[in-house]
Amino acid sequence: MQLTVWTYEGPPHVGAMRVATGMRGLHYVLHAPQGDTYADLLFTMIERRDHRPPVTYTTFQARDLGKDTAELFQRAAREAYDRFQPQAMIVGSSCTAELIQDDPHGLSQTMGLPCPVIPLELPSYSRKENWGASETFYQIVRTLADKARGPLPAVSDNGPRRPRANLLGPTALGFRHRDDVAEITRLLADLGIDVNLVAPMGSSPADIAGIGEADFNICLYPEIAAQACSWLERTFRQKTVKTVPIGLLATREFVAEVCAVAGLPVPADLDQGRMGWWSRSIDSTYLTGKRVFIFGDGTHAVAAARVATEELGFKVVGLGCYNREFAREVRAAAEKYGVEPLISDDYLAVEEAIEAAAPELVLGTQMERHIAKRLRLPCAVISAPVHVQDFPARHSPQMGFEGANVLFDTWVHPLVMGLEEHLLTMFRDDFEFSDAAGPSHLGGHASTPAHAASGAEQAERETASIAEPVPAPADEGGWTAEALAELGKIPFFVRGKARRNTERYAAELGVTTITRDTLYEAKSHYAR
Amino acid sequence: MSSPGPASGCDAPPVGTDGILRERGQREVFCGLTGIIWLHRKIQDAFFLVVGSRTCAHLLQSAAGVMVFAEPRFGTAIIEEKDLAGLADANEELDRVVTRLLARRPDIKMLFLVGSCPSEVIKLDLSRAASRMNGRFAPNVRVLNYSGSGIETTFTQGEDACLAALVPDLAFTDEQQLMIVGSLPDIVEDQLTRLLRELGIKNVVSLPARRAGEMPAVGPNTKYLLAQPFLAETGNQLDKRGAEHLPALFPFGAEGTTAWLHAAAQAFGVPPARFEQVTASPRERARKGLALYREKLKGKRIFFMPDSQLEVPLARFLAGELGMELVEVGTPYLHKAHLIDEIAALPPGTMISEGQDVDKQLDRVRAARPDLTVCGLGLANPLEREGLSTKWAIELVFSPIHGYEQAGDLAELFARPLHRRDLLRV
Repeated sequence: MQLTVWTYEGPPHVGAMRVATGMRGLHYVLHAPQGDTYADLLFTMIERRDHRPPVTYTTFQARDLGKDTAELFQRAAREAYDRFQPQAMIVGSSCTAELIQDDPHGLSQTMGLPCPVIPLELPSYSRKENWGASETFYQIVRTLADKARGPLPAVSDNGPRRPRANLLGPTALGFRHRDDVAEITRLLADLGIDVNLVAPMGSSPADIAGIGEADFNICLYPEIAAQACSWLERTFRQKTVKTVPIGLLATREFVAEVCAVAGLPVPADLDQGRMGWWSRSIDSTYLTGKRVFIFGDGTHAVAAARVATEELGFKVVGLGCYNREFAREVRAAAEKYGVEPLISDDYLAVEEAIEAAAPELVLGTQMERHIAKRLRLPCAVISAPVHVQDFPARHSPQMGFEGANVLFDTWVHPLVMGLEEHLLTMFRDDFEFSDAAGPSHLGGHASTPAHAASGAEQAERETASIAEPVPAPADEGGWTAEALAELGKIPFFVRGKARRNTERYAAELGVTTITRDTLYEAKSHYAR
Repeated sequence: MSSPGPASGCDAPPVGTDGILRERGQREVFCGLTGIIWLHRKIQDAFFLVVGSRTCAHLLQSAAGVMVFAEPRFGTAIIEEKDLAGLADANEELDRVVTRLLARRPDIKMLFLVGSCPSEVIKLDLSRAASRMNGRFAPNVRVLNYSGSGIETTFTQGEDACLAALVPDLAFTDEQQLMIVGSLPDIVEDQLTRLLRELGIKNVVSLPARRAGEMPAVGPNTKYLLAQPFLAETGNQLDKRGAEHLPALFPFGAEGTTAWLHAAAQAFGVPPARFEQVTASPRERARKGLALYREKLKGKRIFFMPDSQLEVPLARFLAGELGMELVEVGTPYLHKAHLIDEIAALPPGTMISEGQDVDKQLDRVRAARPDLTVCGLGLANPLEREGLSTKWAIELVFSPIHGYEQAGDLAELFARPLHRRDLLRV
C-alpha cells in the first residue's frame, strides 16, 4: 500500500477515456461501479467539453455482486450500441471490476455486436493513466488498421503527390494538445507535407483503418503514441519522427528530421518566430543563470530543461518526472545538467526537493504551481496533469515556432523583469520596496521560504538593540549577527543564493564562523 | 460521439403504485467517498484515510476541484498488486501506513478508515483493523471506520455512514438535550443553535462536533432534529441509543426553517408567544431575501437529476416559496420515513423519480426542455450546449443554504443561471 495525498496520474482506464473522448464514433463500455462516473467531469469541466465522454458505465452495486454482474455488463454494452451506434467499441474494467473478474472481453465476444469490439486489459493496481492511454491507442490501431492499405503510390494520374504524415498522440485532456496539433499541421503545410491522420484526437475508427496510407508517423507525445508508432513501423514500414518539437532548437531539428524522412529540402526562408531574438535582446540579459526547477511528464520536462538552458540561459537546479516509464530519458538529461534526477510521483517529495533547491523559477504541473504558490516562487506550467487554466480560449501551443514564442512569454513573465530588477536594487530602502512588501507581481508578500530573511531580520533587531561592537556568533549556521545583518541588505531575490554560496565557501574552507568578510570573500570567489 | 439516440425507452416510465418512478440503469453520481471533502473541513482534527485504489485518490482530488492544502486531512492508502497477490499482508501494510501517517501528523485526534469499492470486494475488514489500531493508539487517537464505497453508498450517503459510525462511540447522558444532526457550515450551525437557545432550549448540541474530543453525548432524554435529509442510518443508530427523532420539514427557506424550529419548540414546550417573538424578525428577513428572486423564478420549470438527496426538500422550497414548477424531482434514494412531510408538502402530482437510468432521464430532460436542470458536473456543460440552463448540484452541498439567513442565498443559487442567461449576448 502506498499513502497518496495528491496524484499526478489517474488510473489507466482514465487514460483509455482520454483516447476514446478524443475520438469520434468510438464508444467505451466500462465495467465499473457508480462512483467511477466522476471521470466524466474531468472532460466536461476541465476541458469544457460540450458532450459527455462516450462512455457507458455498468454502475454495478453491492447487491449485484452475488447475482449476475456479467449479465449487467452485456445489457449495458447492448444498450450502448443501440443508442450510440458506434463504428467500434472498446470494453474493459475499472479497478473494482478487475477484482470481480467478469471478463468483459469474453462476454462481449459472445454477444455478436455488429461492430468491432476491442478488449482492453488495463491492470489498475500496477499501471497508471499514461500507460492506459498508450495501451488503448496501441490496441485500437492494431485492431482497426487495415493492413491492405499501405502508403499511397508516389505518383498518381494527377502527377506526383505531396508526402503524407500521421500526427500521433494527442488526446482529450492533454496539455495543449489542441493547439500543438494546429501548430504542427501548419508547419507541415509550410514544408509541403499533408496530414493523413491526426489520432487519437479527432479521428474515427474508419479513419484509423487508413493509418497505413501515410508515408511516415510523427510521434508528438511519446507517452501515448510511442508504442503504436513502433508497431506501425514494423507493420507498414513507416518511419517515425521522434524529435518532439518543443522549443526553437528542437523545432529546427524536427523540421530537419521531417524533411529528411519526407525527402524534401529544408526551406531556407522558414519563419522561425521571435523567440531567438527576444532571448538575445538586451533586456533578457537578466535571465542569465536564473535557477530553475523542472518537473512534469518525462517528455515535457526534458524538453523544458533544454529550452531553459540553451534558449533562455537559465541554470537547471532540479529535474524530474512523475512517470517512471520515462525515467531513463530524464536520468540522461539530469546527468547532462549535473543535477540529481527526481523520479517520483510523491507530491511531498517533489515539494521537499523544490524547497531544498531554492529555485528562482519553477516549471512544473498544476501540483508544482501549488507548491510554488506556497513557497512564494514564480511558476509556469509546462505539463499535465491539467487544470481548467490549461485550456485557454486563445491559441497557445507549446510546440513549433509559435510554441517557442509562447514558452518565452509564459516562463519569463512570472519573473521579476530586467529593468524592474535594477529598480528594486536602487530603491530597496524605500518603504514600498521593503522585504515585507515583496514583489508586487507575486501578490505582494514577502518571500518566506528564504529562512535567511527571518534570520537576517532577527539579526537586525539584535544588532539594533544590543549594538555589540564585537562580532558575536549567532544561532544560525555559524553566522555572526553582523554578517546576517549584511546578508539582510542584499535584495531578497538573490539573498538565498548569497547565503548558500557563502555557506558552501565557508564549509570548503573549514571556516566555522561566518563574518561579514567571509560573505564578501565568498562573493568574490563566486563572482561570475 | 454521444449524440442523443432514439428516445426508445422513455415512452412509458415504470411508475409505481405510489406514483414514484423507479429506474435502474447507469447512474451518473458520485460515491460516498466524496463526503470526505466537506467532512474533513467540519471535524478539524480528524483524518480520513481511504483504503482503496488510485481511482479513489483521483476522484477525491477531482471532486475537490482545487488542491488548496499541502497536506490535507485526507489521503488514500492505495492498494497495490502485491497486496492483492498476497505477497504483502494487507493488514500489516495498512498498519504501516497508519503508523507513519500518525507519526507525521501528531495534530490528528480521530482517524476514519474509509472503505472503498476495492476494499469491500476483497473483504478487507476495516472494523477489525480499527479496533486493532485503537489498542495501539489510544488514548491519543480514536480510530473509526465506515464505508464510502460506490457499490454501497451514493454521494451524501457517505456522510450518513460516517456519522452513523460516530454514534455508538458517543458517551451516555440522560440530560435533556436537543441534538442537531448533520454537518453544517459553522456559521449556519451557530445561527441555528442561537435561535434554539433563544427559544429557551438550554442544551443544544451538534453531531458532528468540530473537534474529535467534543463529540456530544446521547441518551434517552436526547431529542434530535435532522438538518440533512440523507441521514437514514445515523437516525437508526441514534434511535438505538434511545434518542427521539423530531420529524419536521428540513430547514430550507423561511417556511422550512420555521417548521424545523417549531418541531423543537413543541417538543421542548416553548410557549407559542415566545416562538413568535424569537422567529418573527429572522423569518421576515428571509421572506425579504426571497422576494428579490421570486419574480425571476416564479413559473420557471425545474428538473432535478438525482444527486445529493437534497432534491425533495429543495423542490418543496422552490415550488412552495418561489412558485417554481417541478418537472421531475429525481433523487438517488428516497428515504420515505424522513421525507414523509416533505413529500406531502410537494404540489399534488409532482413526478418523483428514484434511482437512475441516465440516458433515459436525459431523454426526458430534452423532451421537457425545462428552464433549469439541477445536475452533476459531468452533465452540466453538455446540457448547456443543448441550450438548457443548469445548476451544479454539488454547489448545493458545499454552500451554506440552511436556515433563515441563507434563504435568499439559496434562491439566488437557482436564479443566477437564469440571470446570467438574460445578461449574455454572446
